Amino acid sequence: MQRRFILIGVIAALALAPLVPGIPDFWIVLANYIGLASLVAIGLVLLTGVGGMTSFGQAAFVGFGAYTTAVLTTKFGFSPWETLPFALLTTGMIALLIGLVTIRLSGHYLPLGTIAWGISFFYLFGNIEWLGRYDGIGGIPAFQVGSFVLTDARASYYLVWLAVLIAIVLSENLLDSRMGRAIRALRDGSVAAESFGVDTARAKLVVFVYAALLAGVSGWLYAHVLRSVSPSPFGLNAGVEYLLMAVLGGSGYVLGGVLGAAIVTVLRDQLQDILPKLLGTGGSFETIVFGILMVAILQLAPEGLWPLLARWFPGRGARSIPGEASPLRDHPKPNQGEPLLTVTRARKQFGGLVAVNDVSFAVKAGEIVGLIGPNGAGKSTTFNLVTGVLASSSGEISYRQQRIEDLPSRDIAGRGIARTFQHVKLVPSMTLLENVAIGAHIRTRPGVLASMLRFDRAREAQLLAEAARQIERVGLADHMDKPAGSLALGQQRVAEIARALCLDPALLLLDEPAAGLRFGEKQQLAALLQQLKQDGMSILLVEHDMDFVMSVTSHLIVLDFGTKIAEGPPDQISVDPAVVEAYLGGVE
Amino acid sequence: MNGTVALFLAQDGIINGSVYALLGVTLVLLFAVTRVIFVPQGEFVAWGALTMAALQAGHPPGTAWLLIGLGGAAAMIEIGRDRHTLTLGRICRILAFDVALPVGLLGLVYWLAPLELGAIVNVPLTIALIMPMGPMIYRIAFQPLADATVLVLFIAAIGVHFAMVGLGLVVFGAEGFRTTPLLEATIPVGPMMVKAQSLAVVGVAAGLLAALYVFFERTLLGKALRATAVNRLGARLVGIPVRSTGRLAFAMAALIGALSGILIGPLTTMSYDTGFLIGLKGFVAAIIGGLASYPITVLAALAVGLFESYSAFFASAFKEVIVFSIVIPVLLLRSIAGGRHDDEQA
Repeated sequence: MQRRFILIGVIAALALAPLVPGIPDFWIVLANYIGLASLVAIGLVLLTGVGGMTSFGQAAFVGFGAYTTAVLTTKFGFSPWETLPFALLTTGMIALLIGLVTIRLSGHYLPLGTIAWGISFFYLFGNIEWLGRYDGIGGIPAFQVGSFVLTDARASYYLVWLAVLIAIVLSENLLDSRMGRAIRALRDGSVAAESFGVDTARAKLVVFVYAALLAGVSGWLYAHVLRSVSPSPFGLNAGVEYLLMAVLGGSGYVLGGVLGAAIVTVLRDQLQDILPKLLGTGGSFETIVFGILMVAILQLAPEGLWPLLARWFPGRGARSIPGEASPLRDHPKPNQGEPLLTVTRARKQFGGLVAVNDVSFAVKAGEIVGLIGPNGAGKSTTFNLVTGVLASSSGEISYRQQRIEDLPSRDIAGRGIARTFQHVKLVPSMTLLENVAIGAHIRTRPGVLASMLRFDRAREAQLLAEAARQIERVGLADHMDKPAGSLALGQQRVAEIARALCLDPALLLLDEPAAGLRFGEKQQLAALLQQLKQDGMSILLVEHDMDFVMSVTSHLIVLDFGTKIAEGPPDQISVDPAVVEAYLGGVE
Repeated sequence: MNGTVALFLAQDGIINGSVYALLGVTLVLLFAVTRVIFVPQGEFVAWGALTMAALQAGHPPGTAWLLIGLGGAAAMIEIGRDRHTLTLGRICRILAFDVALPVGLLGLVYWLAPLELGAIVNVPLTIALIMPMGPMIYRIAFQPLADATVLVLFIAAIGVHFAMVGLGLVVFGAEGFRTTPLLEATIPVGPMMVKAQSLAVVGVAAGLLAALYVFFERTLLGKALRATAVNRLGARLVGIPVRSTGRLAFAMAALIGALSGILIGPLTTMSYDTGFLIGLKGFVAAIIGGLASYPITVLAALAVGLFESYSAFFASAFKEVIVFSIVIPVLLLRSIAGGRHDDEQA
């Protein structure tokens, strides 16, 4: 409660500040700059800190917003309010175009591309005749409400900070939604998210365009608050300063963006005053301090400075799980005994190495099948072929009589195949509940805009209720609101099963689920698997614990060096000479 | 445009392209060994040219003071961080490299610069001043982040670039300089007169590239660097000290940067912030080479040089826009050609 008061106090102080007599105009102007920069920094926080991408070119998007409204108001007689949709459209379209080109590439190409466009657009703005070349465009009208013109810094102050407040709320809402979880999962690689139907490329594009739009709004405000635009505030240096704000404030926190914007803006103002006096000549020497600050923060406080302040403000606390949310729609389930998965001569070669050598097997509905073999036998690779994480070199894989070997993993997930990973792939910073909820990603589809405006709450409640139900089912209900990274490894494996169950699969692929579990936990897991089987679920299981495998499976497939060497019921396999030789070595 | 102009532009393009090739190859090398996308490589070029200009004018270059500062910072950070495990030998090594060497060079510069002894002295002095900065910068900025992601290292590199440009402004001022050529002669090639300096640029660049090839293919140290590039953990396990390979790579980068600056200084006007744009053109080449292939990077650099010189002729105001826009189709091609799960290896 106390934290909430602090938040309200801060907002009230911000609202009243311009009304206090004696506060110099200059401070208000500085606060406006901070607000304008905050909008850009908040976008970068989402892009860099949350989504794991980076852009040095955000200043160019600010420029697009500013130039769009500058041209429309000075040359075509639009009023400042009317140009907002155009400013957003221009910025959004350009971001979409650039995003489509660069976002599918691995991590460092995007920032490299952003440097290139940051520079290109600077020269472009500066060389086009009707954009006023390097002189820019002046005489831009101020905002006007009725007959009141917002020429005064104190009047603009409220508009700027209202925009910042809206941006904060929309961003927090976005992060706390289905798409937000997908965005937060991006940093830890795309394989797990894709295996649960998340279109990671689209999630990246969403956050990229959103960040650009915030920058565009900042530019739109900038043009009418400062009343003129020129290329230099939209160049690469400005882009780097925006990134410094995000990194300094705390790149994983929305409010960190505001903090960073405040520090950098005030610091720049002070340094531009002090350094030239100190050095005896003019010049933008503040870059020295900014550069050193950037490196120092990355080395000493990679989380940024916001965490130091965060304990004074309300954070995302424990979630209340709505009890009576209507359940999510289930997939139609196959009939008992119907052929579910058929693998025919599947093959995977890595160069000269044949990891999976023409392996064939089948799983029928309602069966638990074990896939066993010594280390390096090709079990996990087989899993990756079935779930589309790897493309098979040849062979056929069918699921419910339909070929799936050429489908990407998110489409395979959409058909009802869920999996766990041998090396746990949870997002450590997200809570267990949020991690498990990713499993149900494709079972409901509230859009990005709906999430930002909180129109997704009913569907979000359904989704979280389903996640909570599966967590209870696997016996981790006590840990629901803990960060997934804080759980023991065995618990994380079980959490992966809960996430897989959230997909409502007909076929469940478990990669060494019992590894790292204690005896009692293994018994619980075995009971859970039997229960799932009785509910009609089919399971394909890779496991090294032979007692466990023998007790839960009804059929075993044995791989050795990528080749199937035996297949049959467990009691028969345990005395099969070829299997015994593969595991224990033959008598020479 | 007639034939002579076309030839003249081609000559320009090839000369600039050879410098871009040196930078591009250095960037690929640094990325492979240390995973750092070293944006400030161009600053070494600018500092090389400006140091040379100061020495030619007979006054001690500000780089000597920069070296003192960098060395002091590196020594303090390293001694402070490792204070519990320091041995006497290590302290001596740190003091020798970070304090004694810069102070010695400062003395040398103040003694030799006013004598104006010419290129024989100025070239080695310039290289001696700039080369140690590579490992120092690596130790200050990147070594503590050695386990961070490529993205974090990249952001740090941008920070280093910011700091270096600002420091360059402090020690060299905002003025631009053009150094006197090392070779004054002009040689007739077909219909035009080619400056000997231009031929020297191309020749030295080709020689350096050949030397790099021999270094990586034929020497144990070069192979160790390549091994680190392929697999850092594996390299560490077979006894290659990954930290010192990082320092070595940065020393090579600074050396190549300084040499490029000395070469190109007489041909273009250099100021404290020119290096960035030159370095970025090396980057365009390195990106085309996928930050991995040396030969493609060299060819791409020559192409960038030619492209730039022709676009300067046809649309000089949009020269930079055109050059940097080349990366967009390249990225597009890579994005189409790239397979599934490209980012998992990043």
